Amino acid sequence: METTLQDLGITTGDVILEISYLVAAILFVIGLKLMSHPESAKKGNLWAAVGMGLAMVTTLFLHRGVSGQTISLLNGIVIVSAIIFGGIIGTVIARRIKMTAMPQLVSFFNATGGAASALVALMEYSNPDNSSATVTLLGLIIGAIAFSGSMIAYGKLDGKVGDIFAKWTTYFNIFMLVLITALTVYMLAFDHDMATQTMLSYILLGLALIYGIMFVMPIGGADMPVVISLLNSLTGIAAAMAGFIYSNQAMILGGIFVGSAGAILTLLMCKAMNRSLLNVIIGAFGGGGAAADKDQGTIKEISLSDASVLLSYSQKVVIVPGYGLAVAQAQYATNDLVKLLEDKGVEVKFAIHPVAGRMPGHMNVLLAEADVPYTKLVEMDDINPDMPNTDVTIVVGANDVVNPAALDDPSSPIYGMPIINAHESKNIIVMKRGMGKGYAGIENFLFFNDKTRMLFGNAKDSIQALVNEIKQL
Amino acid sequence: MEDFLVYFYQNKEVIFIIALSIFLGVEVISNVPSVLHTPLMSGANAISGVIIIGGIILLGHTNLNTFSLNLVLGIFAVIFGTLNVVGGFVVTDRMLDMFKKKKKK
Repeated sequence: METTLQDLGITTGDVILEISYLVAAILFVIGLKLMSHPESAKKGNLWAAVGMGLAMVTTLFLHRGVSGQTISLLNGIVIVSAIIFGGIIGTVIARRIKMTAMPQLVSFFNATGGAASALVALMEYSNPDNSSATVTLLGLIIGAIAFSGSMIAYGKLDGKVGDIFAKWTTYFNIFMLVLITALTVYMLAFDHDMATQTMLSYILLGLALIYGIMFVMPIGGADMPVVISLLNSLTGIAAAMAGFIYSNQAMILGGIFVGSAGAILTLLMCKAMNRSLLNVIIGAFGGGGAAADKDQGTIKEISLSDASVLLSYSQKVVIVPGYGLAVAQAQYATNDLVKLLEDKGVEVKFAIHPVAGRMPGHMNVLLAEADVPYTKLVEMDDINPDMPNTDVTIVVGANDVVNPAALDDPSSPIYGMPIINAHESKNIIVMKRGMGKGYAGIENFLFFNDKTRMLFGNAKDSIQALVNEIKQL
Repeated sequence: MEDFLVYFYQNKEVIFIIALSIFLGVEVISNVPSVLHTPLMSGANAISGVIIIGGIILLGHTNLNTFSLNLVLGIFAVIFGTLNVVGGFVVTDRMLDMFKKKKKK
């Protein structure tokens, strides 16, 4: 006897739905895979989006509830309206945002995903048909932490939220974690009536939201990329938890896949800064200032005309961009400078530190925006052997990533972090707004180096002035 | 102990999916040049909006005849999920546009 669909109590639609989930899951993986090459990246993003769209449409038309009914027309209209509303807002925000604000935006979208996960879990928890209480509560907690944490990360990157760091935050956070765990265990271990159960789930939601805020609050701005990546990973896991509730393979695979991708990216970033994840989470950059006692030497400035002559008659120039370049919107002016120097036969390369900017690869995006070919962007490990042969290194708005203290001062908080060896090149020009310290709040001895000359001012203005000066040579 | 064995056996497919997905994620990320880390993070972020499916299922089977808190929360869940998905993919596309522009020239 052959088994028929009827024997299994399913319809053709159910099978098509599952097939569409399989296709969607495959498209997610292919999409991210294609994104690993600049040429195919755009296609990869499109494939992943197609997978998502497919899963959304088939769910809308084919998903059957517990009593076997598909989604009614009226419900469908409500859903489509909500999707159109969210879609328009999302598109407008994503299109209008400035490229420098990209990290905040990713953090914001991550927050909305976390919020959606938390809401789904919250409602499913009081749904009597839902038998998987453990994953539901986990989804609720993780989603809520991802939401509030991402909102704080968004606020910090946008300059709306400052750092709060006090010894008590660490203890407070440990206390909160214990409290959340205890409440979860209590909710799972004992039977409660509906009203109590609902109330407890709201309390749990509240605790998780507070934890998310307090977890990100003490973490310094320099560590935000790591935090966003971590929260991104959490959102994926929260979505996978919701996938368990519905036994939905596309959600489980997509969520876990993104969760592990985010986790490994987080670790890679920590490694680039030579810090452990625990260290990032528990302690803000020490600000210990133990190194400040050393004799600093003197700062020497350079005039625009000297700088332009120096650059024009160099053979090899390396530009080290930092967040200061992004803030000043100096990427276009920088590209002008590069073109001008290349016309004069100077070889120009960009040295990209893994954590330059506010996110890994952020600097690449900004420079790509200004039409700098990505073949000119050289990663730290590849350019460092070349640094002693470099005539001039221009440090634009970067600080900690060129701080030699990371190499030779064990008392420095960034000791051990790999840096771009700007100090090895023959001349160094540092463009900086003022003598302020970098994001990590520590002194940079590169500025006091004998080969270093400072060019103070807004990066964009300085570079433009430099361009004009070189043109007149 | 037996509980654990039973649990494993009953959920073995899902456990397989999880284990393999973790490897898949690690494998895909490790091969990406750092040039593409930000778009990739953004793209991965958009995929984590897969929670939208949960939102659709939930709102799709919510009773619309009576006004309930669940209805409001469900609508918000779908809106938030869409924001994550649509915003995420659009912004990733915009970032990647910048890489592509140079290819044509």
